[in-house]
Amino acid sequence: MNWETVIGLEVHVQLSTRSKIFSGASTAFGADPNTHACDIDVALPGVLPVLNGAAVAKAVRFGLAVGATINRRSIFARKNYFYPDLPKGYQISQYEIPVVQSGSVEIVLPGGGMKTVRLTRAHLEEDAGKSLHEDFHGMTGIDLNRAGTPLLEIVSEPDMRGAAEAVAYGKALHALVRWLDICDGNMQEGSFRMDANVSVRPAGSDKLGTRCEIKNLNSFRFLERAIDYEVRRQIEVLSDGGVIRQETRLYDPDRDETRTMRSKEDAHDYRYFPDPDLLPLEITEPYLAEVSAAMPELPAQKRSRFGSAYALSAYDASLLTGSRELADYFEAAAAGLSAQGAKLVANWITGALSAKLNEEDLDITGSKVSAAELRQLIERIADGTISGKLARDVFDAMWTGEGSADAIIERRGLRQISDSGELEKLVDEVVAANAAQIADYRAGKAKAFNALVGQVMKASKGKANPQQVNEILRRKLS
Amino acid sequence: MFQLSIADLAQRLARRKCSGLELTRHFLDRIRAHNASLNAVITLDEERSLAAARAADARIAAGEAGPLTGIPVLHKDIFCARDWRTTCGSRMLANFVAPYDAHVVARLDAAGMVTLGKTNMDEFAMGSSNETSWFGPVRNPWRPSAVPGGSSGGSAAAVAARLAPAATGTDTGGSIRQPAALCGVCGLKPTYGVASRYGMIAFASSLDQAGPMAKTAEDLALLLSAMAGFDARDSTSLEREPEDYTRELTRPLRGVRIGLPREFFTEGVQPDVAKSVEEAIAVYRRLGAETVDVSLPNMSLSIPVYYVLAPAEASSNLARYDGVRYGYRAGEFGDLTDMYERTRAEGFGAEVRRRIMIGTYVLSHGYYDAYYIKAQRVRRLIAADFAAAFERCDVILGPTSPTTAFELGSRTDDPVQMYLSDIYTIAVNLAGLPGLSIPAGFDSAGLPVGLQLIGDYFSEARLLNVAHQYQLASDWHLRIPQPFAA
Repeated sequence: MNWETVIGLEVHVQLSTRSKIFSGASTAFGADPNTHACDIDVALPGVLPVLNGAAVAKAVRFGLAVGATINRRSIFARKNYFYPDLPKGYQISQYEIPVVQSGSVEIVLPGGGMKTVRLTRAHLEEDAGKSLHEDFHGMTGIDLNRAGTPLLEIVSEPDMRGAAEAVAYGKALHALVRWLDICDGNMQEGSFRMDANVSVRPAGSDKLGTRCEIKNLNSFRFLERAIDYEVRRQIEVLSDGGVIRQETRLYDPDRDETRTMRSKEDAHDYRYFPDPDLLPLEITEPYLAEVSAAMPELPAQKRSRFGSAYALSAYDASLLTGSRELADYFEAAAAGLSAQGAKLVANWITGALSAKLNEEDLDITGSKVSAAELRQLIERIADGTISGKLARDVFDAMWTGEGSADAIIERRGLRQISDSGELEKLVDEVVAANAAQIADYRAGKAKAFNALVGQVMKASKGKANPQQVNEILRRKLS
Repeated sequence: MFQLSIADLAQRLARRKCSGLELTRHFLDRIRAHNASLNAVITLDEERSLAAARAADARIAAGEAGPLTGIPVLHKDIFCARDWRTTCGSRMLANFVAPYDAHVVARLDAAGMVTLGKTNMDEFAMGSSNETSWFGPVRNPWRPSAVPGGSSGGSAAAVAARLAPAATGTDTGGSIRQPAALCGVCGLKPTYGVASRYGMIAFASSLDQAGPMAKTAEDLALLLSAMAGFDARDSTSLEREPEDYTRELTRPLRGVRIGLPREFFTEGVQPDVAKSVEEAIAVYRRLGAETVDVSLPNMSLSIPVYYVLAPAEASSNLARYDGVRYGYRAGEFGDLTDMYERTRAEGFGAEVRRRIMIGTYVLSHGYYDAYYIKAQRVRRLIAADFAAAFERCDVILGPTSPTTAFELGSRTDDPVQMYLSDIYTIAVNLAGLPGLSIPAGFDSAGLPVGLQLIGDYFSEARLLNVAHQYQLASDWHLRIPQPFAA
């Protein structure tokens, strides 16, 4: 039987506010345990929560970016359960009425096509603390620095049909929240954590299979592997005539498998009810207009503008809008250039520059060649000062800090030879020295011609203008 | 000196007839002499109190005194007070020393009041008799075998026995008004949101409200003027202009419409209580007030609604007492679940455990709609009843409690009977309205009767005016239980 995979993602995005969602304590990562936990975070008797407006603004910003409904009135609820790193014995979250409802995210599929992933909702909530199981000799340490950190939980519809699509969606969302400057996107520090709801069904069926939820995946690689494993497991069980039990599972990267964490029967009854300590969150029209006015140009808008203004392919445009910094770099480098020049800039960024960044594990903000420096190099290619081939050497030299494109071209004498007299002389020498190949060419072997051009280029140390060499050689041999 | 009202004491301080230090020593002496028989005060820190009194005297000397500067006050042990043990009447917090001040405590401190100590209370404010306290029951100054009411029973008994000129209390379903009635003192529960709940240990967040307890309505007005005020740390605190709650005290009552809800005058009321209330109505008529019959048809539902909503909120509010970070932790336990279970079974008393279980039940999957949601709907109906009544009257009058103080132990085995003692007070909390209780006589056994006045939202000044005018025409509030009269 053919099986279809159905995936929905729940992503916990840590909102990059300075203070916590319901207290004034710092959200900075990496402090000594419990030094960023105030009376409210520790849940002392008598303390009360006060909502951080910055977290609301970031949630609304996200909602506007994905074309969602911003609920004018949303409710904070208490999710009750006992755990040592949950100080109040409940988590303040949004349950029945979240601040952001519906909306969608466009993703670029691995094959190149586009797909729309619908969102169910995005709601504000607080993070829990951390339990530390090492170093305490049979006891557990509690660090409440993270307790109360603002989270936006973004829940998608089950619109993805395989691990690759789930990864593409995860990456698109990751890029978007960074683009919007609502999350630092640091996955090692837990700023972007994913839960995957995975089920399979016979291809062609429109009924959803029983799903399992894989919790707490903090890298795209683990997301992909966990889903792949889980899909294989479910197909195996069903093929053997078994049934899938609805449960929560954990992915173990060391063994590359998922394991049961708790079954549906063990699921908590969270006893949600509206938090009487917090008023309903009211979003007014003027507030919405204010957040809307402060929105940056969105990736989709930028993509289509790049397509029309710089005549880039949809593929290039989507690559260059992978992050706001990358898009800014491109626009700075392409400033003032012709459409052709911009296309060259795009090629250089997605080619040579990306290769260097990958090699040294940097992102665009760490590039050793600035946008203005790259533009100068592109200008020298466009105006024929150097060949594209030599430009690559110049770029490498720029990367290692040897100076600007012009300086390197000058110092190394790489200026292209376009003087026809000089070129004629070079061609004559090659023709004189390669009688055999000329005979081959005349006998109809077209390849021999290219070899002769190569000889001229070699003699010029790559500086000869290849276009002109072609013309002169063809004339001489005709 | 212990017989004087706050206003009179302030005058003596201003005229240097006594110092704040003398006043504080005087009341500390009274506490030392009388508290053993009452168990009203559970924590004292004399050095701290005397230091505060000296600071108040310095303020008076510098001419920077306000109307409360140098006046001693007791705080119900539900209020966090920095460096003071703050127990909430529970074993769970028996050794908890608060690292910060509740907003109400900070405001009274800022006004120059001197904290004398902390008063006994029903555990986590859950009780109507002060018998659920981990620190033992409080006794009624009018009769040691009777309860003082609850949950602010320690505060009420202390003021009745004149161990302090004033005390703070909190009122979730009648916890200020009912003990005030049973002890023969005055107590006010403000409109929900007038006093900040920050630092007041939560029982049922949507109902809890802090208020003053004292000998006279005028004193309540002075205290409330200092206690009330917006606090950004409490999202349910109301942002309003500060008020002088004494401003209407002297207003004549001619033309005031007093509403008498028929549901407050039924056979459930003890005859002596009914008689005292009728006499009070007669006094008001003589003072020029009119009476109008009103009805609160959903009042009878207020107890069931309350015993769904308050436990629901409490079950969640009390989840933080888990033995992990502070407070009581069981001495011996196996795994984590065992630690939670033992800690909470040993740290909480029976009534608190009962309410946590009720609350957990009504919030559970499958029961939430039938209990919690339905109770919220009825709560709105009760509020609507009051709104309709206040179309026709300015204040509502009735008994505070259907009976006078009952004997210790007489209702501890019958929670429903116990819950009924709050039948006239609970609806006020459900609607979020202000209400107060003042002394209005005694029953044939010599136990005080309380008269309740309920006002529309933010009508505290008017309520205090109506209470003060009654006290100008009566002397019930000046009576002192015999053992404490000297």
